[in-house]
Amino acid sequence: MERSYNTLDTSANVSQAEFPGEIRSEEMLLNMGPQHPSTHGVLRLVLTLEGETIVECTPVIGYLHRGMEKIFENRTLMQGIRYTDNSDYLSPMLCEIAYVGAAEQLMGIEVPRRAQYIRLLVGEMQRIASHLVAVGTYLLDLGAFTPIIWCFTAREGIMELFESLAGSRFTVNYMRVGGVLQDFPKGWLQECEAYLDKLEGRVTELIALINGNEIFLARTQGVGYIDTQQAIAYGLTGPNLRASGVDWDLRVNRPYMAYTEVPVNPVVLQGGDCFARNDARIREMRESIRLCRVAIDKMPPGPISTHVPIALRPQRGETYFAIENSRGEYGFYMISDGSEYPWRAKMRPPSFVTLQILPELLRGHKMSDAVAIIGSIDIVLGCVDR
Amino acid sequence: MAYQNAEGQNPIPGTRGRAVPLISASGPFEYVPGNQEGPVQLASLADMLQWAQNWARSRSVWPLGYGLACCAIEMMAAASAAQYDLARFGSEVFRSSPRQADLMIVAGTVCVKMGPRLRLLWEQMPDPKWVLSMGQCANSGGEFYDSYYTVQGVDTIVPVDIYVPGCPPRPEQLIEGLLKLREKILKRGLRIQGDPFEE
Repeated sequence: MERSYNTLDTSANVSQAEFPGEIRSEEMLLNMGPQHPSTHGVLRLVLTLEGETIVECTPVIGYLHRGMEKIFENRTLMQGIRYTDNSDYLSPMLCEIAYVGAAEQLMGIEVPRRAQYIRLLVGEMQRIASHLVAVGTYLLDLGAFTPIIWCFTAREGIMELFESLAGSRFTVNYMRVGGVLQDFPKGWLQECEAYLDKLEGRVTELIALINGNEIFLARTQGVGYIDTQQAIAYGLTGPNLRASGVDWDLRVNRPYMAYTEVPVNPVVLQGGDCFARNDARIREMRESIRLCRVAIDKMPPGPISTHVPIALRPQRGETYFAIENSRGEYGFYMISDGSEYPWRAKMRPPSFVTLQILPELLRGHKMSDAVAIIGSIDIVLGCVDR
Repeated sequence: MAYQNAEGQNPIPGTRGRAVPLISASGPFEYVPGNQEGPVQLASLADMLQWAQNWARSRSVWPLGYGLACCAIEMMAAASAAQYDLARFGSEVFRSSPRQADLMIVAGTVCVKMGPRLRLLWEQMPDPKWVLSMGQCANSGGEFYDSYYTVQGVDTIVPVDIYVPGCPPRPEQLIEGLLKLREKILKRGLRIQGDPFEE
């Protein structure tokens, strides 16, 4: 239903028959964002309130639209890798894997085995970093200040390792079509192992700190429930889907690159509420630590990149390549007309699809639960708006 | 002697007619040549009071919690991670309301849709206020230089005091920018030693 933001619309979903005998008050429009500490970036929500209860929610997006898909058409395949870092800026490594994976699929390039394992290792580390930020900011939204300090301090270890590997700590620009930029520096894998040992203790502490907290349980358990049918119908992917009891993980169901050799145990929870979604992320961190250790153990020798021409000219055609990002299915649909520039590079961002369910989730909840629900679906606005 | 233009008026508001060092000038029209990096000269009681006010202001710059894009994550890392700990410089209190903030850290790409909101937030901040442009997107458009929907530099919307380069800048760079801003606040409205306009 099309709703106007400026005028009060009294045809809201709450009918008088649902609350017989109650005094019907005026509806209130509340604007939340785009500058708001709890909307995880620049999301704007126009909420229609009936007292404290949300009856209607309209997300307004586009405050971070940078025209990225158009920019891809004006950049060569090699130049475009850098721009994927800025789309889902909490997991740049994984976005790069999706982009170069699509380009490789289009050109029919087989990546060397060592490069595949490097991609798995850095991708899983990026997933840990992303989930650390997600968990830390979620707890900050709910009023707990300590976890964000713990999470960011733990995340710095990954950033330092990325810096020594790729030269940049945050927007890494490490993947290349046909392989990766460079091999590990001397002693990097030992440092990585030592860090993973330290991180495992941190995650255990984090679980003890968060999951036993009564206030946290009271604010998240039973709030924002998504059942299995609804999650599938809205096209959720990633931890949000698996927290609703659907066993779907692209690393298992459509294995790509090194995941064909390394089995993944996806974290599937039956809760479906905010607590389960947050718990799924914390448990996925443990699974990612295990995968990192497997990748370090099985790291094969050999070249890190195949020989590719300097000017990458894929043959005419189209392809779709999707990976399991830290937020869900992150894919690239790429059309080539035979030139150096992709004719079209369409992103399939998980956050954009996840945002559809937000009005449905918020309806009927109290205003104070809105922050808990927005944080639990873990959207990145760079990924929503592109 | 106070700096005057051809009409005999002080062209620079808020400086009491004194030479503005390069680090404090908010644009080329305010720039006055001279020894920019030198210490300030406290000639009168009014100067000392001004200096004391500046000192107090520079030690607790409260930023507006206004994360836009990727740089916001580095801003959060600078504020939250124990390795960087912005609290050492009195700037860890990220205010959610512009009415309580002194400094706007523009962390990320400013889009056409966001531009009017950014200007509105800046206008809502009480004086004295400062703007720190963080990252190449906010400085000049950066890698989105040919995008149809980004603002090519936030200084086309609000006056910027400090530019921090990088994509995104490291947390150390943001801290360096804050320390530069602190110097700038400390010299606000005061005379630099070796002022060419002093008789």
